[in-house]
Amino acid sequence: MSTITQRGLQRAGLNRRSMLTATGAAAIGLTFTACGPKSAPAQPGVEEAKLNFYNWDTYIGDTTLADFKAATGVEVNMSLFATNDELFAKLKAGNPGFDVVVPSNEFVTRMGQAGMLEVLDHAKIPNIKNIDPAFMNPDYDPGRKFSMPYTWLVLGIGYRKSKVKGVPDSWKYLFDSDQYKGKIALLSESADLIRLSAKYKGHSVNNIPPELVAEIEKMLIKQKPFIKAFHDDNGQDMLASGDVDLVLEYNGDIAQVMKEDPDLDFVVPKEGSLINSDTLCIPKGAPRPDNAHKFINYLLDGAAGAEISKTILYPTPNAAAKALMPDAYRNNPVIFPPLEIMAKCEYGAFEGAEKASLYEEVITRVRAA
Amino acid sequence: MEQSWKQAKAVFAGALGPPLFWLVLFFLVPLAIVWAYSFGHNNGLVDIAITGTFKNYARAIEPLYLKIFVKSAWVAAITTGLCLVIGFPVALAITFASEKAKTWLLLLIMLPFWTNLLIRTYALIAVLRTEGYVNMGLEWIWKGGGLVGALLGLQPIGDYRPLELLHNNFAVVLGLVYVHLPFMVLPLYSALDRLDKSLLEASLDLGAGHIRTLFKVVVPLALPGIASGVLITFIPALGAYLTPDLLGGPDSQMIANVIERQFKRANDWPFGAALSFLLMYLTFIAIAVQAVLSRKAPEAK
Repeated sequence: MSTITQRGLQRAGLNRRSMLTATGAAAIGLTFTACGPKSAPAQPGVEEAKLNFYNWDTYIGDTTLADFKAATGVEVNMSLFATNDELFAKLKAGNPGFDVVVPSNEFVTRMGQAGMLEVLDHAKIPNIKNIDPAFMNPDYDPGRKFSMPYTWLVLGIGYRKSKVKGVPDSWKYLFDSDQYKGKIALLSESADLIRLSAKYKGHSVNNIPPELVAEIEKMLIKQKPFIKAFHDDNGQDMLASGDVDLVLEYNGDIAQVMKEDPDLDFVVPKEGSLINSDTLCIPKGAPRPDNAHKFINYLLDGAAGAEISKTILYPTPNAAAKALMPDAYRNNPVIFPPLEIMAKCEYGAFEGAEKASLYEEVITRVRAA
Repeated sequence: MEQSWKQAKAVFAGALGPPLFWLVLFFLVPLAIVWAYSFGHNNGLVDIAITGTFKNYARAIEPLYLKIFVKSAWVAAITTGLCLVIGFPVALAITFASEKAKTWLLLLIMLPFWTNLLIRTYALIAVLRTEGYVNMGLEWIWKGGGLVGALLGLQPIGDYRPLELLHNNFAVVLGLVYVHLPFMVLPLYSALDRLDKSLLEASLDLGAGHIRTLFKVVVPLALPGIASGVLITFIPALGAYLTPDLLGGPDSQMIANVIERQFKRANDWPFGAALSFLLMYLTFIAIAVQAVLSRKAPEAK
């Protein structure tokens, strides 16, 4: 039999977009507008004043793109993705024309290994000096070869103070207890669920042995009747609307709803948790790499970074931007949890496609049980 | 008389060409690619090697996934049954309405299609959630009742406990029935509307009651309409993805959700393709059953 590869398909003029439509996955209701044809620069070295930015929703400052245009004349066309998998799937069959994308830590490794990312030219990003040195040499991208940190975030428990006794500072309340039955919502990310369960069992989030995975599966099956729902990263809404009292969510998401409802709070459990970091990368085959470097450099600027943090309320790895932020942000224990807890948190490493598939099947079994 | 297509080849080709081109390029070719994927395996992170392996299908018919198929078929069957029970009287009422009312009633049936499915589903969430409109309404009635009771000197009835309407299988079936009801009503209506009304009069004149006329005359005559209504409700309900995802609880996953996760989170397109094609084969079986049923129906006359 002959071997059809997806790259081969792409040469034949079929991209992921038509595949998505065929599989119905595009019916999720997200619009995708910036899939314009690759436009080659008119002359080598001179790029047209445009940039295609592929970003998460609600993940940029109110005026950032306009400010960038005022500063450089480059017009940014931003389109949105909802999950790393969507980003990966879209770039898997070849870059449809994006210049800057925002993958999370684990996917930086994955996309780097798959040859989907361009090596960054640090000389073109002088604002690299603004980054907190603690973020400069992460395991997922040693030496920051492919990525610049944009935000970081940590998973924890968002809860309603009036309905919960004390502070639910252990994963036990989510994974291994019926104390809040029917009032718990978990993030529907298979790998995160298994990794955090491993953390609860006292293991690292990485290199989880098969016996422990089996034990975690049993624990989650036992816990399932007490869980109200698996949510698609809208846990903050379920918490705010009173559907649940405890929710597995990211700190930034809970910080956003806490502004409106003082009865809500967030804690990173004492066992430690998963840290994620969203990063700025240039995908392979980006039509305008010079503009892309300029844009990344601009986002790492102190004032521009502060403008972004003001809107999105996620922790920033940008020391210059943090210094410009008000105390309410800098000293917010939800956005910046205590250091002794953060010391117990880890990045989830990319451990191969097999592992991702295995974790997915474990959670499918849990949900079917 | 009828003109043979041979006499107007150009017109025929002109009329058939664009839709055929559309169908081949945007339906058959992508489908063939997905079909080919189902006989392959991941080769590294981005490539899929087509090796002719049946491994994906072997995995897809493991008990775990078969159980999910059965559950999906069960949910779709309940949805279809409810749609039939609710949709039949509605279609019957539209059939016997005056010409002017008919237009308006049909418009009402089609009206929900003007709004995106996602938005309608989110609206259902707002209605069903713990602090949603249903619970708010019931709480208001409860408190009102308590107040009246207190005035009459009865024991206080205690606090209102909100009903759990969202994030369970009930919500999934409710959402599916809500979404698919028009698919059932429209073919039923078109079958009932063509019905010869004199047959009903004859049945009633000859002594059969209304109920008996309904089941002995109307239902048998409308059988082809019922069969096509059942089919076009069952098939999309079987592949439902958004509704169980947004309204369902921890055990409400249906097969389409599992397929979606293979293409996205698990990054296992070959296995996802195998699951999709199994679902498609099930659909073909359903269509074949319908074809047999509708062929039988005229014979029964």
